[in-house]
Amino acid sequence: MFRNQYDTDVTTWSPAGRLFQVEYAMEAVKQGSAAIGLRSKTHVVLASVNKANSELSSHQKKIFKVDDHIGVAIAGLTADGRVLSRYLRSECINYSFTYESPLPVGRLVVQLADKAQVCTQRSWKRPYGVGLLVAGLDESGAHLYYNCPSGNYFEYQAFAIGSRSQAAKTYLERKFETFTSSSREDLIKDALFAIKETLQGEKLTSSICTVAIVGVGEPFHIMDQKAIQELIELLEIKEEAPDQGAAMQEDRSPEAAPMEI
Amino acid sequence: MASIEGLLGPEGDNKSRTLNPYVTGTSVIGIKYKDGILMAADMGGSYGSTLRYKSVERMKPIGKHSLLGASGEISDFQEILRYLDELILYDNMWDDGNSLGPKEIHNYLTRVMYNRRNKFNPLWNSLVLGGVKNGQKYLGTVSMLGVHFEDDHVATGFGNHLARPILRDEWKEDLSFEDGVKLLEKCMLVLLYRDRSAINKLQIAKITEEGVTISQPYSLKTFWGFSAFQDPTKGAQGSW
Repeated sequence: MFRNQYDTDVTTWSPAGRLFQVEYAMEAVKQGSAAIGLRSKTHVVLASVNKANSELSSHQKKIFKVDDHIGVAIAGLTADGRVLSRYLRSECINYSFTYESPLPVGRLVVQLADKAQVCTQRSWKRPYGVGLLVAGLDESGAHLYYNCPSGNYFEYQAFAIGSRSQAAKTYLERKFETFTSSSREDLIKDALFAIKETLQGEKLTSSICTVAIVGVGEPFHIMDQKAIQELIELLEIKEEAPDQGAAMQEDRSPEAAPMEI
Repeated sequence: MASIEGLLGPEGDNKSRTLNPYVTGTSVIGIKYKDGILMAADMGGSYGSTLRYKSVERMKPIGKHSLLGASGEISDFQEILRYLDELILYDNMWDDGNSLGPKEIHNYLTRVMYNRRNKFNPLWNSLVLGGVKNGQKYLGTVSMLGVHFEDDHVATGFGNHLARPILRDEWKEDLSFEDGVKLLEKCMLVLLYRDRSAINKLQIAKITEEGVTISQPYSLKTFWGFSAFQDPTKGAQGSW
């Protein structure tokens, strides 16, 4: 009876000044399983939750290597994510063919955003239904960007996208100020803790998460599953043992926003 | 025959491609020195073997970190400069703190030269590219076919035969600016004596972390009293 009249076309405005199709695409990102990213001065870590569609199937890949210095984690329509990853890869390889040097991350991200924007302005297209966390290292240091279907992009210290990403965001917001000077190992730990937040009680195992890293002297790569499992077990022991870790964190930042537990 | 015409495409007529150069510049020499790169080239533009133009600037700054010197067809050099102007402008328009360094420009030029030779329409130049970025000195060369390499000292054309042997003997890693200029002048003098296209009006260009400076044109002091110059055909006994 009261069907939305303004959401059948990508390029049609609603009287309130909204583009519903673009907003729906942004929603698609929230439906996908979570992906998080965080960075220090020298490293960027990406991590994702891998949910298999059924007991019988394997999960889909959510983290892609673009080049030696860039990688992405996606949330939303995986198929769209793969298309965009292929685009990013070809941009990187063309740049290094012409200039024999790596494409600056910020420039790649702008090109990606422009590509996404075009889809919001053409009647015969649809927006990409995928959000990308772009992690990369270049002349000006380590970078983490978030690209969304609307064509917007933002640079972050740490960010989380996908379902139940708010929990991870809260965790990251509480701790991000220390990330700049974090060691590579601490960054990975925080990535795992942030991922754990999105699981809401479900047990964190290496089979349901992927972690990737890029940094100074370390080309982008997806980390070994066994190493991640060992790390998770190590962290669990620490957590279960006298609740010192958590208590000390609270002591250190009494002004941090109180959390609902 | 028809198949070859097809291969050459719509530009198949020979009038639209460079089959030989018209106005040319002769050797360029470049060396690394303590603080960066020094380059030398004279200002002659030869129309065939006629020394037709006398103040052609054959060394130009490219962006903030690079210096380009060219020998060969002058108009093709001007076209290359147009390409690079556009490239640098586009690079600056990102306004993101990143910039193309000498290595990137050198590689770009290699691609341009090789691409044009593949269209059977080469840019008829030998190029020397020098620069400094992030404390890193860079010196390389590209030929009209896209052949490229880096070295501590490079030269084009006759310079390869007459200047580089001198540079191999006398070049050092930590040459001062003054000694570098002296070394280049020594090479340019030999070229002036033995290369008929060389003229006695040259410039020396310097690029360091601070930027590019290109000297005003000047002349070298020559001495023509050597006995070999008195009777140049004495040692050359031919059948005619």
